[in-house]
Amino acid sequence: MNTVLSRANSLFAFSLSVMAALTFGCFITTAFKERSVPVSIAVSRVTLRNVEDFTGPRERSDLAFVTFDITADLQSIFDWNVKQLFLYLSAEYSTKNNALNQVVLWDKIILRGDNPRLFLKDMKSKYFFFDDGNGLKGNRNVTLTLSWNVVPNAGLLPLVTGSGHMSVPFPDTYETTKSY
Amino acid sequence: MLSLDFLDDVRRMNKRQLYYQVLNFGMIVSSALMIWKGLMVVTGSESPIVVVLSGSMEPAFHRGDLLFLTNRIEDPIRVGEIVVFRIEGREIPIVHRVLKIHEKQNGDIKFLTKGDNNAVDDRGLYKRGQHWLEKKDVVGRARGISNGTRES
Repeated sequence: MNTVLSRANSLFAFSLSVMAALTFGCFITTAFKERSVPVSIAVSRVTLRNVEDFTGPRERSDLAFVTFDITADLQSIFDWNVKQLFLYLSAEYSTKNNALNQVVLWDKIILRGDNPRLFLKDMKSKYFFFDDGNGLKGNRNVTLTLSWNVVPNAGLLPLVTGSGHMSVPFPDTYETTKSY
Repeated sequence: MLSLDFLDDVRRMNKRQLYYQVLNFGMIVSSALMIWKGLMVVTGSESPIVVVLSGSMEPAFHRGDLLFLTNRIEDPIRVGEIVVFRIEGREIPIVHRVLKIHEKQNGDIKFLTKGDNNAVDDRGLYKRGQHWLEKKDVVGRARGISNGTRES
């Protein structure tokens, strides 16, 4: 320990070890936490059209417009290791063509420090709700759930689904007038 | 000054001690290699630890962050998951989030991805005429993250 270089070397090695230990500590103290909270979803309106899928394969497919409300309090999820929550509202259903379909209708990023209480009303979907085919018309059971991806400073990236989902039957007819 | 000290030490060693030093060095290198290979086997991924290269998933991942990947084929692909995929003919893998899935009864799945920080989905990145990704395009799933150095 008698040269600047060896002192600097020791200091650097020690800082690295401390930072690694802190990072591991961040991870291990939050790895097994329960990250689910109750969520309330309401659907006020569903309209259905049948158009060419302009977002991708140009086939005539069912296009749905959903207006929804979301109420959730995510305060308890944020702790010292949570950097942000990536929320997404997804619709899950099954059709003749496909046994399982999942479509994300809307998403939102909540950073640490932002207001974690959601009280959204009459929200329109962010992404076009196209089916792969014509399986939305008359579909008895389309389930909407709110889930989130917990992004930590260091650690696992779990996908958590809020408890509380909403199942809606879709209309049997296509909408012909201009609305939404 | 430092390098001369080191050479003096080497000159003072006899053959046996020299061999011992070389073997010691070899042990350290092979241990590191075995740990890496062991990680590859456990996670099932070709590269279990990767560095984030682009800003298309900000503010979740910034350039320089470390991502821990697994690639277990049995894990079903569901929306919201962060998948690492490679587009046919391109070398660099992309780490984005699954936006839409359509899965058939027999397990055949086609899905669409989008980067959190991008305004549109990834169809512009796929091959010409390709509208969906399939299981074979996936090289891993992001399971863990560790903050890296920040550029900004």
